[in-house]
Amino acid sequence: MKPFKALINGLFKENPVFIQLLGMCPTLAVTNSAINGMGMGLATTAVLLGSNTVIAVFRKFIPSKIRIPSFIVVIASFVTIVGLIMEGYFPALYKSLGLFIPLIVVNCLILARAEAFASKNRVISSVADGLGMGLGFTWALVLLGAVREFFGTGNIFGINLLGESFKPALIMILPPGAFLALGILLAIYNAIKIKKMAKA
Amino acid sequence: MENFGIFAILISSILVNNFVLSRFLGICPFLGVSKQVETAFGMGMAVTFVMTLAGVITYFVQKFILVPLDIVYLQWVAFILVIASLVQFVEIVLQKISPTLYQALGVFLPLITTNCAVLGLALLNIQYNFNLVQTIFHSIGAAIGFSLAIVLFAGIREKLEIADVPVPFKGFPIALITASLMSIAFLGFAGLV
Repeated sequence: MKPFKALINGLFKENPVFIQLLGMCPTLAVTNSAINGMGMGLATTAVLLGSNTVIAVFRKFIPSKIRIPSFIVVIASFVTIVGLIMEGYFPALYKSLGLFIPLIVVNCLILARAEAFASKNRVISSVADGLGMGLGFTWALVLLGAVREFFGTGNIFGINLLGESFKPALIMILPPGAFLALGILLAIYNAIKIKKMAKA
Repeated sequence: MENFGIFAILISSILVNNFVLSRFLGICPFLGVSKQVETAFGMGMAVTFVMTLAGVITYFVQKFILVPLDIVYLQWVAFILVIASLVQFVEIVLQKISPTLYQALGVFLPLITTNCAVLGLALLNIQYNFNLVQTIFHSIGAAIGFSLAIVLFAGIREKLEIADVPVPFKGFPIALITASLMSIAFLGFAGLV
């Protein structure tokens, strides 16, 4: 696949969250604010870039029988690196994402890309695919985080938009709000898709 | 949670801090294998088995390998390796003992490796500084909580199949909204422990 096409693919056509429904745990868990969503998205992107590159480079040397364990070790190493960097340079973000940083290891999105793309394609395309999927994941998380933060606190990225008189719907930043917001966003997405298909 | 008795740990991990509905761990199988009660139950059992074993083994790995050798920074890599081998083992055993269940669980069995509930549990046990007994009960409680959530959810989804849902909401959107309502119900347990 051409690198540019691979990049665009992840952003919209095969968006990991809205189309493939991969990586649901972090998607739901850390999106109680837009900034958390962005932090998680970028951390995942960094891991995805690293793992896709290394796996594409070594794709011809990894025996197919033990490929899954090999992929997981590569991914876990990159997550450890990203975790240590975040702990050092962004301690506040590291603390608020908490348990979900080590859990990037088991984000199905990363393993799925390793298995479905990086182990079969050239290095340059795999880098583009990692970047596209990672950024696609990031914008979906930022959108979901912004929606929840807006209704749950009246802020977006910590900036107050609705003034003092707004009574926030606290439920949106609690666990049920995550399921609800993603469910409604998916339904809106489907409705748009159905309308487009009816026109065509 | 460090100083809690085992009963409190059990109740808290099943109901109050339910792994799926309030901690968001194990969402993939929760959404993926919950179309029928029977498969959901099988998945719950497989996860229960893996989680309990993984909780205990990672406790020993942490205590007798990582800490004495001063290589705690390798914790994430070590834990995921333990879990991956365990899942492989369960898969082989299940294939021999119950081929029907093995067929039914299909692709989701290897996926227990990437079920964040298992790794999350192992890391939480360490974070809470649990001793061995607490670790065992926390693992069992978390696994029961997962099974409870997935079986209840599958029961609701079976009914949803025949419900008249608006077209854009069909499939995942309505499932997520159902999960949201279940999560609200589980919020009612807050403050119990």
